Amino acid sequence: MTWYLFQLLLQASLMTIFVSAISILAGLVLAVFLSALRMSGNRWMYGGAGLFISFFRGVPLLVQLLLIFNLLPVIGITLPSLATAIIGLSLSTAAYQAENLRGGFEGVPIGLIESAEMAGFSRVQTFIHIRTPIALRMTFPALVNEAILILKASSLVSVVGLVELTKMAQNLAASTYQPLPIFASAGLIYLVINLIVAFAARRAEDALPGLPAK
Amino acid sequence: MSFDIAVILAKGPQILAGLGVTILIWVAGTFFAVILGFIVATARRYGGPLVNLVLAIPVEVLRGTPFLVQIFLLYFGGPYIGLRLDPIAAGLLGLSVYGAAYYSEIFRAGYLSVPPGHVEAAECVGFSRLQTILFILLPEMALLVLPPSMNMAIILLKDTALLSLITVPEMTMTVSAIGSQQYAFVESIVVLALVYWGLVEVANWLGRITERKIAKLSVT
Repeated sequence: MTWYLFQLLLQASLMTIFVSAISILAGLVLAVFLSALRMSGNRWMYGGAGLFISFFRGVPLLVQLLLIFNLLPVIGITLPSLATAIIGLSLSTAAYQAENLRGGFEGVPIGLIESAEMAGFSRVQTFIHIRTPIALRMTFPALVNEAILILKASSLVSVVGLVELTKMAQNLAASTYQPLPIFASAGLIYLVINLIVAFAARRAEDALPGLPAK
Repeated sequence: MSFDIAVILAKGPQILAGLGVTILIWVAGTFFAVILGFIVATARRYGGPLVNLVLAIPVEVLRGTPFLVQIFLLYFGGPYIGLRLDPIAAGLLGLSVYGAAYYSEIFRAGYLSVPPGHVEAAECVGFSRLQTILFILLPEMALLVLPPSMNMAIILLKDTALLSLITVPEMTMTVSAIGSQQYAFVESIVVLALVYWGLVEVANWLGRITERKIAKLSVT
């Protein structure tokens, strides 16, 4: 295990961070949209969102990635492995994040929603300006948890051909015959990234505005 | 493109064999993970600050690194330190140790949830430490630890799919292999996804029933 190999792993970890960050954000947007569908009062939208969430929470991420990787070319869409990885991770985390957001949306004080309606907000305006920001603030710790889960889950995107930290470790382990130090170093890098995310999140939470009183 | 699921379903017996390995590794792995997790949590509670610290490190490392990297380290790195395991043994060991780290945290929270007064009361009437754990702590924390334990079991079920990457002949590996032989990748993965989805929903349903049963027994 040389410093050069470790540097290659560090470089590959940038791809891990990039893919995870984009997927978390895309997943968050999709999760808010899924929550809107669930609260729309339309039972087809409710059922569709429920089915989406159940499927992506019920099937292993590895199988989801294999499905997307094999399905897209068959229906005529060829995407680079980076895009495939981001789509796979985003869809999966969206389902988990929607489930986390459910608690947040239920916790929005009813008085605030009623006052918004009294002030003439439409249902959509209330959703965008009142319910969503409060639900996001309330579920911030769950979002951080999910971010750490996705950072770890991103190790699976090697199956769609993207070279991130785990794939780089696999390649290096195969070419140098030193799997022990290389996989241990990869694990260490994941651990450090996760510790930094957890630490930064605690700082960020202190800086965020407090929650409305019940 | 033709979508012919019959090609895959014709291989029913092979798929069932893979499903059998998945369920076997899942049940055995979860069982060992719960036992080991409970031992770790108990040792951290009663073993003093040094044991607590020494056990905290592996727990945090296992929880902070991807399961995939852990099993690669064990399966490909193990032989270099004399740990030569066949894929199923490595998969089972990996799943058990990884799950144990999470279960130890679940039990740790469970221990903390029991009011100290109840433990003191048990000691006052002459309960040994083992009796206190068996008759006071475990029953009292059961309701609290059950939902996260069920969740974790389902996470472990889905994580068994990763064992296909170290060539454990479980369902993901079996069904993808059939897909490659038959040139029916999409069909094979669709079947695979549906079987996992069904399994997870059944496990969820069993979990909810158990929770309701236990909730009825609760006195508090």
